[in-house]
Amino acid sequence: MSSGSRTTNTEPWGGFDDNLVQGSGSAVIDMDDTSGSSFEDVGEMHQRMKEEEEVAAEAAATEDEGTEDGEFLGMKGIKGQLGRQVADEVWQAGKRQASKAFNLYANIDILRPYFDVEPSQVRSRLMESMIPVRMINFPQKVAGELYGPLMLVFTLVAILLHGMKTSGTVIREGTLMGTAIGTCFGYWLGVSSFIYFLAYLVNAQITMLQMLSLLGYGLFGHCVVLMVTYNIHFHFLFYAMWLLIGGLSTLRMVAVLLSRTVGQTPRLLLCGSLSLLHMSFLLYLHFSYHQILEGLLDSLEGPNVAPMQRVVRDVPGLTLNTTMRNLMTQ
Amino acid sequence: MASPEDASRPFAGFSDVSIPEDIPVEGDISVPVPPSARDDELSTLDEPVKETVLRDLRAVGKKFVHVLYPKRSSVLLRDWDLWGPLLLCVTLALLLQGGAADSNEQGGPQFAEVFVVVWFGSIVITLNSKLLGGTLSFFQSLCVLGYCIMPLTVAMAVCRVVLFAISGKAGFIVRLVVVTASFGWSTFASTAFLSDSQPSNRKALVVYPVFLFYFVIGWMILTFSP
Repeated sequence: MSSGSRTTNTEPWGGFDDNLVQGSGSAVIDMDDTSGSSFEDVGEMHQRMKEEEEVAAEAAATEDEGTEDGEFLGMKGIKGQLGRQVADEVWQAGKRQASKAFNLYANIDILRPYFDVEPSQVRSRLMESMIPVRMINFPQKVAGELYGPLMLVFTLVAILLHGMKTSGTVIREGTLMGTAIGTCFGYWLGVSSFIYFLAYLVNAQITMLQMLSLLGYGLFGHCVVLMVTYNIHFHFLFYAMWLLIGGLSTLRMVAVLLSRTVGQTPRLLLCGSLSLLHMSFLLYLHFSYHQILEGLLDSLEGPNVAPMQRVVRDVPGLTLNTTMRNLMTQ
Repeated sequence: MASPEDASRPFAGFSDVSIPEDIPVEGDISVPVPPSARDDELSTLDEPVKETVLRDLRAVGKKFVHVLYPKRSSVLLRDWDLWGPLLLCVTLALLLQGGAADSNEQGGPQFAEVFVVVWFGSIVITLNSKLLGGTLSFFQSLCVLGYCIMPLTVAMAVCRVVLFAISGKAGFIVRLVVVTASFGWSTFASTAFLSDSQPSNRKALVVYPVFLFYFVIGWMILTFSP
């Protein structure tokens, strides 16, 4: 029996044990068993195959000595072919393991569950992001998806571009597009990480994905406000919308965070910093990328369509001046 | 049977159950490789360069025609190529060059801006549609999105002409109409190809980023002033 089972491993077509060296030698193959898919197991498998090759070589060598000289070339041919077969198998096994590792780590399927949404779900979450929920006694549900937040960030980039172009912002170092993308993504990722870090410090029950999702949906209010106020240029309107819509979306995020934090000081810290950052981001977006409103209105009535009376100056200085002037004249 | 033996040779005990050793099993497991594949390669190596170039140009031209009259056909998808998108992107970027009052500062970035926007945007949309469960491959989506920029490139050329000819509010209205029409055409053409590969209830989720993408490009064209 044992000699019979030994020779099946040395058949030219490779034997049964290609895929069966994973895990223990049980008769049941566990389909969930991933013990063969790490590099340690590759090494082990390689070792086993080497041992088997040596065993087979020994067996062939002992059989060799028992044959006549006339058949010697035939047996050597088989041994050479065996060597090639085993080398081939080792190469195939190595390639398989490498592609398995690649598929495991460099796979966009890791992100797939976060994009598993329906349009109706996205719509309802957009509406809900403006409605602060009252109950803060037990943790509120936060959707962990990334499609909505990502699309909202891109929409904000597009709206920002629109605002920068119509106001004739001069960007000296860098491009319009780069500034817009950098600002919006930087805010979304940076502030999410910062608030997650604070939440980690005060032991709040929120994960990074949930924070990204929450802040992303909170940008919906910003998109609405900016879309309106980049086109209708009344400062009172902007301040009213800033308070109302910005305030509503901030309150929603604050309520969610409150429901997931215990203790007065942590709550104050977390929610205070989030509201400060969120509201001041809206202010910043409006004022620093949308200055030359009066010039635009005047020049649209003029004969030519080169409305941008661009004067080369520094952006932050202008922000301060325009804001002060506007505040003083109102 | 000793268990260490079994541990090193799993299924050892089955060898005498499933394959009786007195019946020889023989046959040829090697797959015959068709010899004609090698001949094909040699034959396209031997043909004159003009034929190769013309074949590629004809393929690109056929795809342009398909964008002009978007029907639900799979020609664009089956043999994807990125020559057309590259050509269109470079044309668009060159036309958008030098569109600022102080051209020495903003002439340079605008070429790179358009390039980066087009390719980065296409990659993001492709990843998005794949993550939402689409069946198109990465390069097929890139190919479709790139070819569908053609109406916007044509609109850019028209806008440049209009900026020379008509000025003032009328010119702005004409340009707005042209850009809006071509933006709608681009979005419609690309969704005709892309949305077929998505599950039916998620088409809106794929169309929205395409809409945003062409909107941004259309906006860059509309606000261009030499």
